[in-house]
Amino acid sequence: MSKLLLDRRALVRGLAMTAGGLTLAGCDKLYAQPKFKHLLEGAEGLHYRAQRLLAGRDALAREYAASDMSPIFRVNGNSMPSASAYQAHAAANFADWRLVIDGLVARPLQLSLTQLAQAPQRAQITRHDCVEGWSAIGKWQGVQLGALLRAAGLSSRANYIVFHCADDSGGHPYYESIDLVDAFHPQTILATHMNDQRLAIPHGAPIRLRVERQLGYKQAKYVMRIEARERLDDLFGGKGGFWEDNAGYAWYAGI
Amino acid sequence: MLDSAGPALPASPSDDAPVAEPRGGDLVKRHRLSTRIWHWVNAVTLLVMLMSGLMIFNAHPRLYWGQYGANFDKAWFEIGSAGERGFARLGPLKVETTGVLGVWKAPNGSVQHRAFPHWATIPSSYSLADARIWHLAFAWVLSLGLAAFMIISLVNRHFQKDLRIREAEIRPAHIWHDITEHARLRFPTGAAALRYNILQKLSYAGVIFVLLPLIIFTGMTMSPALTSGWSFLLDLFGGRQSARSLHFIAAFLLVAFFLVHIAMVLLAVPFNEVRSIITGRYRLPKEKDEG
Repeated sequence: MSKLLLDRRALVRGLAMTAGGLTLAGCDKLYAQPKFKHLLEGAEGLHYRAQRLLAGRDALAREYAASDMSPIFRVNGNSMPSASAYQAHAAANFADWRLVIDGLVARPLQLSLTQLAQAPQRAQITRHDCVEGWSAIGKWQGVQLGALLRAAGLSSRANYIVFHCADDSGGHPYYESIDLVDAFHPQTILATHMNDQRLAIPHGAPIRLRVERQLGYKQAKYVMRIEARERLDDLFGGKGGFWEDNAGYAWYAGI
Repeated sequence: MLDSAGPALPASPSDDAPVAEPRGGDLVKRHRLSTRIWHWVNAVTLLVMLMSGLMIFNAHPRLYWGQYGANFDKAWFEIGSAGERGFARLGPLKVETTGVLGVWKAPNGSVQHRAFPHWATIPSSYSLADARIWHLAFAWVLSLGLAAFMIISLVNRHFQKDLRIREAEIRPAHIWHDITEHARLRFPTGAAALRYNILQKLSYAGVIFVLLPLIIFTGMTMSPALTSGWSFLLDLFGGRQSARSLHFIAAFLLVAFFLVHIAMVLLAVPFNEVRSIITGRYRLPKEKDEG
């Protein structure tokens, strides 16, 4: 019987030490090894390929009825860019705001908000999923990004579309990027209206990107310039976006 | 002994049953290699997923039902803090949890206002990005591991032979008998110890066929990319926020299973039980009349 008790004590101690060691020190230490972290980060590529394969490249995100909309659509992230140029635009009601489309395109474009309003519009009621876990359903309206890229004559060398924004966060330029599958997806729009009103400043006025099959941090606000690029590793932090460069979030935000 | 005291059971038909039934005291092979590997991979994977999951929950420690849910919406569960007091709230029921949940002390002595404390999360200091890297990488291990285990167990007939619930076993009288035997800590001996009893079968089948698939599919339902193609998942679970709630509940039930599982190992003969899931070898408990 005493041997039995010893066994049990040893086992409990062993289990507790394994659990404690693994969690408090082990995992953090293991994660500090670049090779191990890199191995775990490799799952991002698996998600990207698996989701493109399982869900399909053209599958549409669910669209909801007006009755499904969140009573209050939460504002997150930057709610008022501090850049003086942006504030001057806001004071002028964005009358002189121009959306620039350049980079690897045949015909660089500069579009006023009036021109964007005259182009064919798409409206969609979709779910916004924050990486933190909350969701909100709202109505977005604007021009399809694919139509603008076709108008600009996208080069065959382009692999990514980068969105340069008017705000900066703590001195880091705010930008995001997506691949061409998402750029030409029918629900990828440059929203100028939300819930049937002109986009408010906290929600990204005058132009906000909607990439409905990815998480909230891809939905860049205050978009000023759209740049077609061959690669991302030679831009800012090299990881394709503000959150990717500065906080370690995955570039592919499909999950 | 279970078989003599309980309702009569048909002898289990088994292809590789030895001619002579093993007796108490014999060292026999109990767990297959695939079962043993899957068991220990899961032990590590579920611990990593639980702890990184708690860190992810820390980013928005509220749960909702339905298609949407954010700060202004009604949460059915919440861990938070009001001033220096931590609390956990389930519907109208609010419990103070200062020091453990909502408000706790970090190893450096600073007071933190986060849902789950540093000792329960991976990583131990707040990082949603890093927790997601852990969680989403191990999600592949969990999903592919379960799929492989299911296929192998169908092929080698582990499911059919060991987990199949027979009609006689689900009679209330039989289940009640097993419950009272467990409550008295009277476990099967001799050859009967080789067979899973009905409570084991129900809990193992519940984990393998209900909880683990549920936690995997509710996890997938939280992916906006995946549900664009597989939008039936949103209907199946009642929306992304309902799926997130069910994901959390399933994790909680897996923790409950783990605690009972460990308790049963400790209440039986731990050395023998642990050996059987490491080496596969198990010494059958002696029958009472053998001493």
